[in-house]
Amino acid sequence: MNSLVVVLFLLALLSVGYQVGLTRGRAVAATAQRTMHSRPNYHGLMVALWCAIPAVVVLLAWALFSDSIALSHAQSFLPPELVAGDPAALRDTMRRVEQIASGFGVVGDVQPYELAAGEALRSFRITSFWAMMVAAALLGLLGLLFMARRIAPRLRARNEFEGAVRILLIACSGVAILTTVGIVASLLSEALRFFTFVSPIDFFFGTVWNPGFTTTGEAGGQYGLLPLLWGTIMVSAIAMAVAIPVGLLSAIYMAEYADPRVRAVAKPIIEILAGIPSVIYGVFALITLGPLLSDLGALVGIQIRATSALTAGIAMGLMIVPFVSSLSDDIITQVPRAMRDGSLGIGATKSETIRKVVLPAALPGIVGAFMLAISKAFGETMIVVLAAGNAPVLRFNPFDAISTVTVSIVNQLTGDTNFASPQALVAFALGLTLFVMTLILNVIALYVVRKYREQYE
Amino acid sequence: MANVDTASMIPGRTPGVESNQDRLARIQKGLRRRRAAEMRFRAYGAGAVALAVGFVIFLFGSILIQGIPAFWQPAANLKVTFDPALIKVDPKPVQQPGQSEAEFRRATLDWERAVTMVNWNRVIENAVREAAPNVEFTAKDVQAFVSPNQRFVLRDMFVRDPGLFGQTVEVELLLSANVDNWLKGNIDRSLADDRQQLSPGARALADTLYADGTVRMIFSYVLFTNADSRAAPAEAGLLGAFIGSLYMMLIVIILAVPIGVAAAIYLEEFAPKNKLTDLIEVNINNLAAVPSIVFGLLGAAVFIGYFRMPLSAPVVGGLVLVLMTLPTIIIATRNALKAVSPSIRQAALGLGASKTQMVFHHVLPITYPGIMTATIIGVAQAIGETAPLLLIGMNAFVATLPATPLDQSTALPVQIFLWEGNENRNFFEPRTAAAIIILLAVMLILNAAAIYLRSRFERRQ
Repeated sequence: MNSLVVVLFLLALLSVGYQVGLTRGRAVAATAQRTMHSRPNYHGLMVALWCAIPAVVVLLAWALFSDSIALSHAQSFLPPELVAGDPAALRDTMRRVEQIASGFGVVGDVQPYELAAGEALRSFRITSFWAMMVAAALLGLLGLLFMARRIAPRLRARNEFEGAVRILLIACSGVAILTTVGIVASLLSEALRFFTFVSPIDFFFGTVWNPGFTTTGEAGGQYGLLPLLWGTIMVSAIAMAVAIPVGLLSAIYMAEYADPRVRAVAKPIIEILAGIPSVIYGVFALITLGPLLSDLGALVGIQIRATSALTAGIAMGLMIVPFVSSLSDDIITQVPRAMRDGSLGIGATKSETIRKVVLPAALPGIVGAFMLAISKAFGETMIVVLAAGNAPVLRFNPFDAISTVTVSIVNQLTGDTNFASPQALVAFALGLTLFVMTLILNVIALYVVRKYREQYE
Repeated sequence: MANVDTASMIPGRTPGVESNQDRLARIQKGLRRRRAAEMRFRAYGAGAVALAVGFVIFLFGSILIQGIPAFWQPAANLKVTFDPALIKVDPKPVQQPGQSEAEFRRATLDWERAVTMVNWNRVIENAVREAAPNVEFTAKDVQAFVSPNQRFVLRDMFVRDPGLFGQTVEVELLLSANVDNWLKGNIDRSLADDRQQLSPGARALADTLYADGTVRMIFSYVLFTNADSRAAPAEAGLLGAFIGSLYMMLIVIILAVPIGVAAAIYLEEFAPKNKLTDLIEVNINNLAAVPSIVFGLLGAAVFIGYFRMPLSAPVVGGLVLVLMTLPTIIIATRNALKAVSPSIRQAALGLGASKTQMVFHHVLPITYPGIMTATIIGVAQAIGETAPLLLIGMNAFVATLPATPLDQSTALPVQIFLWEGNENRNFFEPRTAAAIIILLAVMLILNAAAIYLRSRFERRQ
């Protein structure tokens, strides 16, 4: 309710400011001796900005600080021995006070001081809200007057406004940087906290993953990364064994052989695969693909578990097929026509041209695409959570259940563990490992792809 | 020159050089080999395409086959008597003159509490006994037969219309998940009693009433009208998760699109070419390839750990998804901006427009279709994302519909994950597939909207 009022209020301020600036700009233009530097709408925009920014600053300050001030005000109505006493009892009382203030009412007998505090909290909130609105309106008005007085033929309102726009644009591109900084900072700081419980050597070179469960905040159990890392690598390798041949061959077929009509149908169908959420692949692998593979294995006499590295790997590979094929398609079509024509001209068949001329020329780009695909496979979560069997043991049989880095992140952070315990913090150490691995792959891949593009441009 | 081979005297038959026929044969053999290789290569390619397309068909086929039956569930059309012998409550209070609003509300609440205390299970049991007079069953069998929350349906009917007191009306009551399994054959009927989910009495009820038409398969409207439920799986729906997803989608559109487009405009049109801009560019390309679960860790550490935002709230999920989709939108918008022909820029600048005017008045409008497509791709990606949401607590069980983005909620893909893990596998496996169909339908609608909007915009220009 309140936020709606605030939004409407700000919109009103903006439009009033704009209107005032526009009219004033026009009036000045009508009486001015010389031509105006800026058109009246820029005057309007500048006045609107000057009107809204002070109001926004006031309202932001109110949103940040008003709650703590209001609560301390309400606390002053409580008996001092309660405030000084048990913090849990105080918290309970304050919750009741809040409920009285919000008008829901509370269960049980209401103490007179609770009622007084609740009443005070309610009235303080209402008064402070409207006081802030009035203050914001006044400041906005001041800004408006200041800017409206500045309007003159010489005023470079357009340049000022464009400067403001540019600052906004820069701030928006800063968000991307802030995200990266946030990721690195949060992963590093939480991982460092984890390493105060468990030594990095035990973590990075340990071969047993058994984080245990304690409620005392101690590092029970063992936190060896290697079984998880091996699981990630095995599943990704299986995924690549599916995705690379299927993706690359279908890209080549689409680009070089396919009838346009076939291409027009098949290409969008394959691209559908890229748009399906990974949880759907996970469910599919778990309830359809896994039992199918298990039956097939029984047919040829191999024991395949329904949830295994193989099941998860194949599902993941199929998910990555469109990724590999569209990247390869881009890269293959970038190979210059002249190289193909030369090869075909000296009598090579189409497949020889592709295998001996086009692919070697495109190799750096394709390798880059494969690396991006591997990094996607490393970070994939839902398929392995659902279909890999969650068995964090170091073993080399792809027909058996395994666990991966991403699965363990989910398991460690979704339980009922305390956020500050090593059992939860290890997720950040795992996340950091995953981030660094994918970062290295991405940087190399992006560099290679970029270099390759420059080569033929 | 005594040992000159006479063969060398014949033209075309030099020593060590093959005859014409040999050569022809060799060439032909080589050609055959090469053509076979060509055919093989082509077949590999066609095979790869067929495999990929076949997999798409297999995937969709298996989901549809499993999911479509779950859109129907059994319900019993019963004659329910609001028996005065069972419903021993006073008439609904009416506001007396002189009674304050608060007193009246208290009286109404007391009355509603009394209505809730009525033994509605007995009311249902009597209705079932009337429908199946020849079947032998106990009160417990009825409770296993009718979905547990249906008694609240009767209660709500009575609260809404107290005039039902003493009357008999026809009511369609949903049956339990286990009856659903039994009637659809999702459980082996030949299993021994101790391994069956339903007691013999309830099974007899289901079979008898299904045979005489009292129990019918009706469309599972609850999928679209209810939130998740653990007490009554047959009444569990997707609406709560859908609202949660909708809130997150709105947050992504409201925040990610303006910020992403603004960042793309700055980087493409205004930023000076220097080391810093290069760094931002590399950084954005990297962010696009960072695994989504890392964004979940960021959300858990920063939004929940540091800013103390509420767990399981769509606001937090939305913010995480905003950060995740930003790079997609930035990259796609930059590509759209790059594709605008330089003549438009030059014409605008030549007529005296400032750089800002050139960008916002002339270049940006041309890129709207591109931005729109990018937005929808980004939103579709965000809506299907599960892993980061698990880390910020959106996998909590929530049985209410979220009223605001700050309330506890879950999301469609997370709901799929949760149902997949439910113990009543016979019932929830088809339900999961049904939920997948709904999620895919939402994404299909989004994509269709993208194509429609794009074609409209392109026609106008």
